[in-house]
Amino acid sequence: MTAEVGTELPELVVRVTRADLVRYAGASGDFNPIHWNERVAREVGLPGVIAHGMLTMALAARAVTDWTGDPAALLDYQVRFGRPVVVPDDDRGAELTVRGTVAALLDDGRVRVDLTVTSEGEKVLSLARAVVRPG
Amino acid sequence: MALDRALVGRSYPPSAVYEVGRAKIAEFAAAVGATDPVHHDVEAARAAGHGDVIAPPTFAIVVSLEAAFVVLTDDEVGLDYSRVVHGEQKFAHHRPIRAGDRLVATTTIDAARTVAGNDLLTARVELATAEGEPVCTATSMLVARGAA
Repeated sequence: MTAEVGTELPELVVRVTRADLVRYAGASGDFNPIHWNERVAREVGLPGVIAHGMLTMALAARAVTDWTGDPAALLDYQVRFGRPVVVPDDDRGAELTVRGTVAALLDDGRVRVDLTVTSEGEKVLSLARAVVRPG
Repeated sequence: MALDRALVGRSYPPSAVYEVGRAKIAEFAAAVGATDPVHHDVEAARAAGHGDVIAPPTFAIVVSLEAAFVVLTDDEVGLDYSRVVHGEQKFAHHRPIRAGDRLVATTTIDAARTVAGNDLLTARVELATAEGEPVCTATSMLVARGAA
């Protein structure tokens, strides 16, 4: 694993279906109905059921942990939830694409990775950054 | 209603102890597609130098978000819960969360401001073991969208 400023992480593409949202709701304890109930989602002005922002954040982290090969190497991680990921009621769901670039070499061997997370060509997270200590 | 800047620095009593279980970590890891065996195989976790299976990086939210919500039930904060969305999230891990941890969450309001009619409130949740070892600082920015 090389880490120089500009090093690009392998791109990660993941699909998120309604079933994934139900599974994440149970695992996380976040049962907000906008993540599983189309009627409620539309009532609050959303185009449809949306993914939990925290699920998107967790999936994006995989691009980093797949690269380091060590989940414990991820020290700091932050995102801003920019745009909701609408998950259609079909078997394909929504597609997320995660790209990462080494943005800075920090002291103590740590590295800052900046992430770009898109769905349907639109950025869904902004200011998505991870600080890792590669092994 | 504009947020009162005097709220900044307000701290809440520590939460009840949350006991981190192996099955909960494995369930969470499966839900986010984190397939590394350190999340579900104790032997693999120990071989990697951990005392037990470790949680994926965002697992802390399971404990911290509920703790952060203590501010939403504070009448003096006065955020309209029905309009609250999650704006930003940040984790600073002091060490990985692992099975067997007995975590206590302590919440502090780090920032409170009103921008363009939206109330922005930043709640910092310090997760530590019941013995006082720091584990993770989880910071959530909550946004109450303006009624207009």
